[in-house]
Amino acid sequence: MSSWIIRHKHLVLWLAVTGGLGWWLSWVLFEAEDKTVLLPGITTDGHHQIEMECHACHTNEEKENIFTSSGVTNESCIACHGEELEQASDSHPIRKFRNPENAIFLEHIDAMNCITCHREHNEKITNPMAVTVPGDYCAHCHEVTLENLESHRDLSFKSCATAGCHNYHDNTALAPSFLLKNYGKPEHLPERILPATNPLTRWMDQGHEPRKPLREKDADAPVQHQTDSQITADWHSTAHARAGINCRDCHGVPATGDWVTKPDHTSCAACHEHEVDGFLQGKHGMRLAHKRLGPMTPANARLPMRPDAPHAGLSCNSCHEPHRYDRQFAAQEACMKCHDDAHTRHYENSPHHNLWKLELTGDLPAGSGVSCATCHLPREEHGGAIIVNHNQNANLRPNEKMLRNTCMTCHSQQFAMDALADPHLIERNFTGRPTTRHPGIGWTVESAIKRGDEDIIKLQRYLESLSNTPQSN
Amino acid sequence: MNSLILTTRLGALAGLCLGLSACKSGEEEASGSPGGYPAAQVAEALYTVLKSERKVYASKVVNRLVKEEKVIKAHEEWKENKALLLPAQFFREGAEEVDDAEKPFQFSYSLQSPWPLNYENAKKQTPSVKEGLAAVTDPESEYYGKKWTGEEMLGGTSYFVGIYPDRAVAAACWDCHNDHENRKDSYPEFKKNDVMGGIVIRIPKS
Repeated sequence: MSSWIIRHKHLVLWLAVTGGLGWWLSWVLFEAEDKTVLLPGITTDGHHQIEMECHACHTNEEKENIFTSSGVTNESCIACHGEELEQASDSHPIRKFRNPENAIFLEHIDAMNCITCHREHNEKITNPMAVTVPGDYCAHCHEVTLENLESHRDLSFKSCATAGCHNYHDNTALAPSFLLKNYGKPEHLPERILPATNPLTRWMDQGHEPRKPLREKDADAPVQHQTDSQITADWHSTAHARAGINCRDCHGVPATGDWVTKPDHTSCAACHEHEVDGFLQGKHGMRLAHKRLGPMTPANARLPMRPDAPHAGLSCNSCHEPHRYDRQFAAQEACMKCHDDAHTRHYENSPHHNLWKLELTGDLPAGSGVSCATCHLPREEHGGAIIVNHNQNANLRPNEKMLRNTCMTCHSQQFAMDALADPHLIERNFTGRPTTRHPGIGWTVESAIKRGDEDIIKLQRYLESLSNTPQSN
Repeated sequence: MNSLILTTRLGALAGLCLGLSACKSGEEEASGSPGGYPAAQVAEALYTVLKSERKVYASKVVNRLVKEEKVIKAHEEWKENKALLLPAQFFREGAEEVDDAEKPFQFSYSLQSPWPLNYENAKKQTPSVKEGLAAVTDPESEYYGKKWTGEEMLGGTSYFVGIYPDRAVAAACWDCHNDHENRKDSYPEFKKNDVMGGIVIRIPKS
């Protein structure tokens, strides 16, 4: 036997290495938590948080070719991104391409499959918005647009989606009616107040009976858990206590009455379902939406983060400190506990922060200030209720989405569009003025004047009379 | 010699099997398409429904509420303006719903015209559709105001194509089209009952 091994030492060595490698890779595939070694290429921002959850995207669907089919179906994408697409009234839903008239265009680019343009694990060809096709992809179908729109004749197809104008899935920023409706307004609107949120009204509209405000002695935590009087005092200072929300409403399991020392986001969702849903869709909470993954931590982020607490897991309590639920803290200081990029570092020197300081000191009314949350966790109206959207990424992809629910609360559309299209201004956290002028509104106005829109013609004349110079806006 | 006899017998057996299977598929072909209606009749039935639905929407919803009662507007950007869909948009939304739905057999339809206001629609017109639209909208043509049928190959599939006249049934139709900013000088001034374009229905032949 030993002589056989010596005679065939190269074969034995090859068998040992191959077998060992195969065993180890199998163990990584089926048993290990960290499967990084199996990842074929760097994943995109956001997806990198769930890259260990292969089945989030790769399904067990029947594959045409087991060697080349990825198993990533449209349903894989829609499971997470479907709601967002529906809210944006997706400009290019798949159903738009089902008519056989589109066959000639689909030969150039298969618009019926998400992964035609968004192919993961290909960092070398990944452009902004996780697009993995060349930037002039609009040309496949929209040659006729450049031929027929005079304003667009000199534009390049490479600039459709990168100049702060169009977006394949969400084209609402440049809806002509919207542009004309907001034409001619001053850069800083006369009234600049955020709408107030009304969670208690919303809670009662869900059918809950009003409760009496609670005193410190009304706290219903078991005696053995009431060890820190500061906690009770903190809770008593909050809107929870004023609304009659007691300890067991968060710490208790309704079915069994058991006490939960550290309740998670599912406890918050009992009353704040919309906010928790948003949190789980954004980059702060998306890992929590996958049971096997732990919470997101600053150490896992790709943006620059402060080194203080790299492994602190993100949850509702990270920003809404337990028992204090200080919304002013959550709106700015909580963000700056972790974020350490240029935009964040410039915030405290910005005009937005000056307004925020004045609101905190009471020198300006509530809703006048601009905190981090003002822009990144915008207040939205849903069925009469004003709700804070906790998906911090919802209006960043693309950033023109900030126009309607954020910037235009205080600024004219022209001013806001100019600012959002200026990356250097964004890095300085809007300290200074935009350096370029977005032409979209001007083209739409010219078109309206050409077709004889009397309201726009009158407004144009009025604006010209104010400045005594021809308005191209 | 033995191998030659064996080869011959095997070849005969294979030929017999093939012949039997061909006979069987011939029986299947002889039974006809599911339901037994020719594509032309199915397309005409669809046209009847589509024409009627659009007429109701254009006259009893849009024309009545916009032109007569003046309580709401119809606008191309209906969502932005909290307005009614234009009849052509109503038609297209329905077409896309059908495209997306599970059906007993595949068919599709669209509304097209030789005088398109939407360049994005115009670019999809195939040679057959252009021919058919010209026929049903040309007063000099034998097909004017009537159906035109043809065939075409798209994406590797052969289609029956039926083009049916789309008439101006309400003032809401011709007023808007005659005044649209995308209207070219060569476009006609439409009036009641003019053929403004055609409903294009496609049914795959296999």
